[in-house]
Amino acid sequence: MTAILETRGLDKHFGGLHVTNGVDFSVGDGEVHCLIGPNGAGKSTFFRLLIGEYTPEGGQVLYRGEDITALKPFERVRRGLSVKFQVPGIFPGLTVAHNLEIALQHHLEGASLSSEIRRLLDFLNLKEAAGERAGTLSHGQKQWLEIGMAISLKPRLLLLDEPTAGMSPAETFATGEMVQALNRDGVAILAIEHDMAFVRQIAQRVTVLHVGRIFAQGSTDEIVANEAVAAIYLGETEAPRRKQDA
Amino acid sequence: MRRLLRRLEGPQTLGRGPAFWAAFAIVLALAIAYPSFADGYTVGNTAYFFCWVFMALGLCLIWGYGGALSFGQTAFFGLSGYAYGVLTLNVGAAYGFTIAAVVLAVALAAGFAALLGYFLFFGRIGGVFLGIITLSVTLALERFMAQTAGPDWRIGAARLNGYNGMSGMPPLTVPWFDGDIVLFPDVALYYGLLGLLVVTYLGLRILVNARFGNVLVAIRENPERAEMLGYDVRRYQLGAFVIGSALAGLSGTLYTAWGQYITPSSMGLTAAALPVIWVAVGGRSDVTATLVGTLAVLGGFQALTIYGSQYALVVMGLLLVVVVLAAPEGLVVALMRGIARLTRKAAAR
Ligand SMILES: Nc1ncnc2c1ncn2[C@@H]1O[C@H](COP(=O)(O)OP(=O)(O)O)[C@@H](O)[C@H]1O
Ligand SMILES: [Mg+2]
Repeated sequence: MTAILETRGLDKHFGGLHVTNGVDFSVGDGEVHCLIGPNGAGKSTFFRLLIGEYTPEGGQVLYRGEDITALKPFERVRRGLSVKFQVPGIFPGLTVAHNLEIALQHHLEGASLSSEIRRLLDFLNLKEAAGERAGTLSHGQKQWLEIGMAISLKPRLLLLDEPTAGMSPAETFATGEMVQALNRDGVAILAIEHDMAFVRQIAQRVTVLHVGRIFAQGSTDEIVANEAVAAIYLGETEAPRRKQDA
Repeated sequence: MRRLLRRLEGPQTLGRGPAFWAAFAIVLALAIAYPSFADGYTVGNTAYFFCWVFMALGLCLIWGYGGALSFGQTAFFGLSGYAYGVLTLNVGAAYGFTIAAVVLAVALAAGFAALLGYFLFFGRIGGVFLGIITLSVTLALERFMAQTAGPDWRIGAARLNGYNGMSGMPPLTVPWFDGDIVLFPDVALYYGLLGLLVVTYLGLRILVNARFGNVLVAIRENPERAEMLGYDVRRYQLGAFVIGSALAGLSGTLYTAWGQYITPSSMGLTAAALPVIWVAVGGRSDVTATLVGTLAVLGGFQALTIYGSQYALVVMGLLLVVVVLAAPEGLVVALMRGIARLTRKAAAR
């Protein structure tokens, strides 16, 4: 499989903390890839390096063969990367529909813009909330809205940082189906997840990150069966787990 | 053209539908009729109020819509005012040059804003630092102009005159077939400014409801998300800053032409604080609220000045505190939202 995204020797420190330690990593074109690892492993930092929010001290980020290490985030987004961060990033004072409009106005206007907003509201289960301020949504709904904005850009590679946090098992499953639907349309997906049921549902490949390094890589079954991986989660509150039905 | 007109209403502006535009038409008709039942002095005084509104609208765009509090609107006001003085004192008012001087002076303010804004926004300076730097710029300009008293401080025929300021520049003069029309600060200037104000107000409504305005409020709400949607945040901030500062420059030239007079104190601390108060009291997040609020506060301020300007300033400060505590979105915004709720309820019944 050709890689849509690749990192070579990516490095980042916070003070004395080596948060990203010479990471060589790749996501295949059209692949659904999950990134797991204990809290503080450096997963979110790695995402911010990929999108350009942080500048690495060493190494490169390549997107479809092009070195994008020096590009600004908005330039990477325009090339087809799109991201949903761990903390939902929405426009809290604007209505839900207006949030989507701002994402969609890049490539749509007039009647087709309005109809796409309606379609997305329906798809995201946010039809009733269309006129509400986005800041008043529940955490799970904010996640959906941000995912909606991220996919509005028609990305080729979608980065999702803990997309199902705050969602019920049913909502988590629906998110998984949405990810699979996007993937069938040819979108590659890299998702940071703790919920192993979700990982099993979507992932074609899993990478474990631990203290800034790639610790293991393989299929979901291989990773779940890996005792060394289980060991690094010991004493962690964020161990791979299933959401419990309440 | 039809598309532009549709942008007169939208999510970024209060007031929509036939009721709002009927009210707008009535207010405009009253404003047009006003000089026929008011004396020349009062009309000229109202024109004086109009001069300031452009600066408030500019700050509304930069701060209310873009979320960047510029404390330096008066820097562009003063720069343009002085530029108008220097240009017209040297060239005179013939052949409509005063109009050209307004355009040149505003362009100068816009150019200076582009330069300053480039360093601010492309240097990712935001929040309180933006306020501090813009305030420093206006205070530095005030200090600089205040020490230009000597006879050496002249540009061509124009003496800068230090703290006393520059005076004697010609008023706005429109060339006409059978002789120039001089817009003295009475009925003629009133109509000129009213027209300019209506055009600016409607133009801003279109701008903030267009794609540009959508991105601007997105940046105000969450700049990181705006960037992650593929927008170059810095360009939009710079664009808003240049337009808003140019409007401050327009106020400066009009004020100078109105009173044929400009001093360094127009760039001082008190002057710099006033636009922030006007915009905050009316409601910074809406152009209509800013327009109405600014005129109301200016009128109230002048009425209070009869008892002494220091008291008027204290009352302004108190008013700001009360608004920030009681109606942080601004008095006019709160009022307009209230009216909208009432009419919706009445319609539902
Ligand atoms: N901006 C920052 N400044 C300093 N330290 C940070 C910053 N962001 C993250 N860290 C630290 O880097 C480590 C990795 O954080 P993060 O990438 O958020 O991990 P994860 O997403 O895997 O939980 C943590 O120890 C965290 O405290
Ligand atoms: Mg994280």
